[in-house]
Amino acid sequence: MDQFLFFLVAFLAVASAVYFVFAKNPLYAILSLIVTMFSIAGMYILLNAQFLAIIQIIVYAGAIMVLFLYILMMLNLNKEDESKKNNTLKFVGVFTAGILLVGILGVFRGVRENHIVVENVDRGIGLTKNLGRLLFNEYVLPFELASILILAGIVGAVLIGKKDL
Amino acid sequence: MGEVNTFIQSIPLDYFVILSSVLFCLGVMGVLLRKNAIVILGCVELMLNSVNLLLAAFSAYKGNGDGQLLVFFIMVVAAAEVAVGLAIIAMLYRNTRSVDVSIFNKLRG
Repeated sequence: MDQFLFFLVAFLAVASAVYFVFAKNPLYAILSLIVTMFSIAGMYILLNAQFLAIIQIIVYAGAIMVLFLYILMMLNLNKEDESKKNNTLKFVGVFTAGILLVGILGVFRGVRENHIVVENVDRGIGLTKNLGRLLFNEYVLPFELASILILAGIVGAVLIGKKDL
Repeated sequence: MGEVNTFIQSIPLDYFVILSSVLFCLGVMGVLLRKNAIVILGCVELMLNSVNLLLAAFSAYKGNGDGQLLVFFIMVVAAAEVAVGLAIIAMLYRNTRSVDVSIFNKLRG
């Protein structure tokens, strides 16, 4: 049952990612990417990482993807706007990604034997309480720096987006 | 703690490694294949998400919360990156009436 649930969510993620890469219409591509984000949130729930699942839904599937869709609809792209790449470049792209996949899987196959024993599953490490305790004890400085980064991002986006600099 | 499910004890860690590798390579393939700048930015998001999944999986299997906090910070950086990147794409569209990356060669020499 657990394995079936895993394979269902994994199939959903991979299928929507494949459709995202190969879809001609960018609007449908981004919509399919939203499905991928939701299925990765499902993976987080299966991994006992409830905090990350909620953040994934709010930040990725909610904020970032809506920003993508907003820009996409504002730009009013036509479907035939995308220029054709020649077949050699397409083949090279698929071939390179395939070789990369084979390489990564081959590397991980070498360490397949040393199984990591699942320990401390009862402590619920991904719950918001524990992660918050960790965040505000050991990671306070990166947390504050992240707020400065967000501020810089906001100012930069406004400056770049202005009509006349 | 009763509310924690014991799902991950029946799934090997390899499955998560394979899934995130496949997602990462799909993202690489999208960057190499597509010409729409918005879709390329989305492919970068897909790659970030696959790495996030791997970090969360290792963190959950080792019972250590540091990896999940790293995922949290990656999400923060990704949000800022997308905001600036989409502003740049909107500016490029306003100047060239296209988001095709093959005509963005204005910085070339």
